[in-house]
Amino acid sequence: MRDTAPSRPAHRFTGRRHGPVTGFAAASALVVLTACGAEDTGPDEAAEENGDGGALSGELTVMAAASLTDVFAEIAEDFEERHPDVEITLNFAGSSELVQQINSGAPADVLAAADTSTMEQVVEGEGLDADWAAENGENGLVFVTNTLQIAVPPENPAGIESLADLAGDDVQAAFCAEEVPCGAAAAAALEASGLDVTPVTYEEDVRSVLTKVEMNEVDAGLVYATDVISAEGRVEGLDFPEAEEAINGYPIGVLANSADPELAAAWIEAVTSAEGAAVLDDAGFGAP
Amino acid sequence: MTTAAPSRSGNAGGAPTPRTRASRAKTGRIPWILVLPAVIGVLFLVLPFAGMLIRAPWTTMGARVTDPDVLAALWLSLSTATVATVVSLIIGVPLAWLLARTEFPGRRFVRALVTVPLVIPPVVGGVALLIVLGRNGLVGQYLDAWFGLTLPFTSAAVVIAQVFVAMPFLVISVEGALRGADRRYEEAAATLGASRVTIFTRVTLPMVLPGIGAGAVLCWARALGEFGATITFAGNFPGTTQTMPLAVYMAMQRDPEAAIVLSLVLLLVTLVVLATLRERWMSTA
Repeated sequence: MRDTAPSRPAHRFTGRRHGPVTGFAAASALVVLTACGAEDTGPDEAAEENGDGGALSGELTVMAAASLTDVFAEIAEDFEERHPDVEITLNFAGSSELVQQINSGAPADVLAAADTSTMEQVVEGEGLDADWAAENGENGLVFVTNTLQIAVPPENPAGIESLADLAGDDVQAAFCAEEVPCGAAAAAALEASGLDVTPVTYEEDVRSVLTKVEMNEVDAGLVYATDVISAEGRVEGLDFPEAEEAINGYPIGVLANSADPELAAAWIEAVTSAEGAAVLDDAGFGAP
Repeated sequence: MTTAAPSRSGNAGGAPTPRTRASRAKTGRIPWILVLPAVIGVLFLVLPFAGMLIRAPWTTMGARVTDPDVLAALWLSLSTATVATVVSLIIGVPLAWLLARTEFPGRRFVRALVTVPLVIPPVVGGVALLIVLGRNGLVGQYLDAWFGLTLPFTSAAVVIAQVFVAMPFLVISVEGALRGADRRYEEAAATLGASRVTIFTRVTLPMVLPGIGAGAVLCWARALGEFGATITFAGNFPGTTQTMPLAVYMAMQRDPEAAIVLSLVLLLVTLVVLATLRERWMSTA
């Protein structure tokens, strides 16, 4: 039994761009694992500990913005420990891509997006669970915020200090494409600054901007503060005042397609609970 | 696909062939066990494109297609794919000749290596190119230090990514043609005193020209559709590195209708070129 334990966080490997197949693989792995893990703690005992009346059980599919990858994996692990009969499949991708998938009928229970405008597209597609939305907010519940930082390679070879430094002719900067939330935020921050910065590339998501900075292919990139923390020293983050104009709120909501809205609501409660908030705070997210 | 195919298979209204009635009846009978899966196969390939045609926003099509950003992406795609094909011809044909006509240590290994870009995910190719040719890469750091040359985020990087993924199509086509060619003409030329270079340019090349043509068309088409290595190695900037496939991907994030329009443009261009060029090169092969 113990031998299988290390593969426990199988959901971490749920691919960003290939949800259903890997998601299914991860879910199958979890079926096996929870079956093994159940004997360790004992489901009844765990349910009593939890003290929330009826024990939760079932499968839950959570779609979340790529920037939530690490924190949601951690919260999911805690959640599964407290509710051994629950299997969580996490599916991470760019928010806009997730919205396209949901509006095309992808089966999922919860969406956590990286900005409110992408969530509004789900709402327009009548994708949020009506009962849940009536109680918690028509456009989802904003549970964290994220602020932009300038990420530079270690030791900052180009000597970047402010957003204005990115406008220099000999400075190569990477931004997110405006089609994705981090790009929309970058555009808002630039507009607030009145600066004219032309990057060398508009990357498809925030993690690829981070990678280009990590590999020292660009002198600087605009990413979220949380991404700088997740890079664990491979990039340095610089605060800049214009970021205040481009703070993203992350909304979360139960989807209309959810097979188990009660379980989905319990997941959202876990994310917004004190424990969940602590995990998010450690990762660099701001309070809503 | 080839014009010769229908008469060769000799069924369904084919050209009269000197065969007996019995044998024609036997070959002419349609084996349903093959036809049904084949029809499903055709539908599987055609339906997605038919779906795009149905969902396309025809009323706004004209304005969307003539959008400067779309035209810039289309022009970049066409020009980089053409340059990539020329580069592939210059280095790929000699490589194919070496593989087909010479013995050297490690030839099998090189041959396997040539086919690697065909099967690995293009994004892996992009990562590899970035690690080697990036500003901080194994080779790239010297290009930067000695010549002040950085490849990523330039149109040259797009061409490099395209050559990496598309050249194997050319090399394999040409190598096949070289192996299939009758070597006695080359031997005859040699006995008549022609030099090796003369034999290659005057005898071998003309013989395998259809193979080179077919390979070049495939190579061009693959370069035109290249996405993964490009977005990883070359980045995404309108006018410089944003080719049509990248523009389609970006449009899909916010405006699926725009993505459909761009896809249809790319599909149309590819079909026209493949139909005209392949017909020409394949039918004479």
